[in-house]
Amino acid sequence: MKQLLEIGGVFAYLSLLTVGGGMAAFPELKELTVNQHHWLTFPELLHYYSLGQLAPGPNMMMVASVGAHVAGLAGAAVALVAFLLPTGVLTFAVGRLWNRLANWPWRGAIQRGLGAVSVGLVLAGVIIMGHGALTQVVYVAIAVGVFGLLMLTKINPAWPIIASGAVGIAVQLLG
Amino acid sequence: MTRPPTLWRLFRVFLVMGATSIGGGVVGYLRAGLVARERWLDDEAFVELLSISQTLPGLNATNMAILVGDRLRGAPGAALAALGMCLPGASMMTAAAFIYGAGGDSPVAKAFLHGIAAGAVGLVTMVLVQLGAKTLRELADYILAAATAVLVAFLGVPVPYALIGAGAVAIWWHGRRRNTADPK
Repeated sequence: MKQLLEIGGVFAYLSLLTVGGGMAAFPELKELTVNQHHWLTFPELLHYYSLGQLAPGPNMMMVASVGAHVAGLAGAAVALVAFLLPTGVLTFAVGRLWNRLANWPWRGAIQRGLGAVSVGLVLAGVIIMGHGALTQVVYVAIAVGVFGLLMLTKINPAWPIIASGAVGIAVQLLG
Repeated sequence: MTRPPTLWRLFRVFLVMGATSIGGGVVGYLRAGLVARERWLDDEAFVELLSISQTLPGLNATNMAILVGDRLRGAPGAALAALGMCLPGASMMTAAAFIYGAGGDSPVAKAFLHGIAAGAVGLVTMVLVQLGAKTLRELADYILAAATAVLVAFLGVPVPYALIGAGAVAIWWHGRRRNTADPK
């Protein structure tokens, strides 16, 4: 029970950090689940995050994996609800007030200012993730290859990511 | 706009989008489903709701589900739309955790997971570049973004402090500019 409360607290808090998308919460997700609570290792977190890129729907459904990893089905449910509820309620309320906020003089400044900061948070997430995932030259090559392919074509990202996994297996078998 | 859908239909449409939007780019699936197929929104309303979704914290896809659900069927609509959007992916990721627990330690599984982690870095870098191209318009924006990243990734500043600190500077900067740019 205590653990479920902790899971709920952690993911409710992370929910509020997802400005500009789920990746912005990644640095704090790692700090809390890996360094502070020791619920899983950094490689395990990276693996769930990457598998999450293959799942349909919103891109942070891997929070359910972390919950399940720690406390089974109940953990998954608590993590998901805690992660959705705080920002969900906020969005619901602001959605109803939005027209009244349209003429609020600071709205544009907040939108633009938080935009730049959220890009910074996503960049921090990419740096921390890259630090954990790109441990050898071959993995750097995979990341660069996927990046280039996605920038140059309109291919569904699920395909190059699955291909990355196949390359990973090939490296293991040949090495 | 046509008559609002039943709650059950609203839930089903979002469930289908939640189950089929594989590989990110959920916004494209939402537009195809909500504007083109169901005609619950026109393009103008879609863009407006999307801009609210992207400004507020939270995942874009669930924020969109909440705003669209509320607009069509009030609070129950918002809850059901968000649930439908998340249920398929969350179920799969829960199952993934159990499978991982059973077989994630085998060398082949580890090699596969290490490979997709590298691929995912490429994907999030692409998302970062797209987000940056859309969001960063002047030198000050780049400096703010870089400063935030350095604070969090290299100096270990907790995200809330970075968010509040850099956010306050950013909002002040743009607010000051706005006030001098278009005097009333």
